[in-house]
Order: sequence, then C-alpha cells, then structure tokens
Amino acid sequence: MLHTVNKSPLQTRDLDSCLAHLGDGRLLLIEDGVYAALAAAPSASQLADAAAAGRVYALGPDMEARGLAADHLAANIQVVDYQGVVQLVIDHGPHQAWV
Amino acid sequence: MFVNRKAPHGTIYALEALEVVLISAAFDQDVSLAFLDDGVLQLRQGQNANAIEMKNFAPTYRALEGYDIEKLYVERESLEERGMSSDDLVVPVEVVDRNRMSELMQGQDVIMSF
Repeated sequence: MLHTVNKSPLQTRDLDSCLAHLGDGRLLLIEDGVYAALAAAPSASQLADAAAAGRVYALGPDMEARGLAADHLAANIQVVDYQGVVQLVIDHGPHQAWV
Repeated sequence: MFVNRKAPHGTIYALEALEVVLISAAFDQDVSLAFLDDGVLQLRQGQNANAIEMKNFAPTYRALEGYDIEKLYVERESLEERGMSSDDLVVPVEVVDRNRMSELMQGQDVIMSF
C-alpha cells in the first residue's frame, strides 16, 4: 500500500498517524511533507526504520521548490521524480493520502 | 472507502465527506467509512451547532443505513485518545484497532481521504 503525507510534521500530526498505519507499506513525502525527510528534523528518527527498509520516498520537484537537496535528507530516503510516483502507485496501490 | 480524519465544525471536510458519501450511495457504490484521528469526533453524541449557525449534520449519519451504507469503522485508539467509547457515538459502528484499520485500508480498491 502507498501512503502520502503532504504536511510538515512540525505543523500537523499527519505523519504520526500515517506511520501508525504504515505496516509494510510505502511512504511518499510530497509538498510540505518533504520537510519530514530532513536529517535535522525530529521526524528523521521516526522514519529511520522504514527508510532503512527502503520504504520511504520524497518527491524531488517538491524538494527543489523548497531549496532542499538530497544531502539535506536523512539516511536511506529515496528521491523520486513524477515518473517514479506513477511507478509507486502502480506497484503499491491502493493509495491513502494523509491530508 | 472514505477516510475521515477531521473534527466536524472547524473545517468543511466532514460535511463535504458526508455529501460525497451520499452521492456515491446514489450511484450504487459499495461504500465504507473509516473514522480515525479527529474524525471520530464527527460521530460524537450531543452536538448542537445552532449557536455557531452551522448545519447540524451529525443526525445525517443515522440516515446512512437507509442508503445501504452500513460499513462504518471507528478506530479504538482514536476514541480512547479523546476520552470516548462506542457508547458516545450517534450511530452503531464497528470499533476496530489500529492494525485492523490498516488492513481494511489495504483491502480497498479506492480510498478517498477527507
């Protein structure tokens, strides 16, 4: 299953709820959700296990728009482009948006 | 499945979700509703929005059965975090734990999030 989070974890608790239901699903961080992927953010430790398992992704265009580069991200978070998003939906649907 | 995660009157999400659920039922869709996080507050008994001049839509949840919408799932942990139990709700629902809620989501063809 594919989950998306589009809010900063410093602003809402959507990421917490998502992670509580993630199971063995994939997490794609989009829009302001990409801030959750910052190595400096408190959410980095929450994401560590899923990231180490290769199950956390961040959308590159949303990172670029916010001035975030790959080396700002916590370990093992994979950056995807729009085509990558389509592939995630194909491979891991259904999709739950934690809006 | 419609996933409801917002409290009832502070934003338009809850009312909009209910409208879309009723429309879906009119088109004979196989509808289920999930309530978790602040979404469980939508079902709280005793709501009266008259003084804030908002629509009192909580009673509408009781009408869902008439549209053959009977699959209402409420997350136990979300209720407990808000000091509630199934006795506090306006309609009979199936209370499920967080793991079961994840499984239910996983089994859907389409999930609409509100």
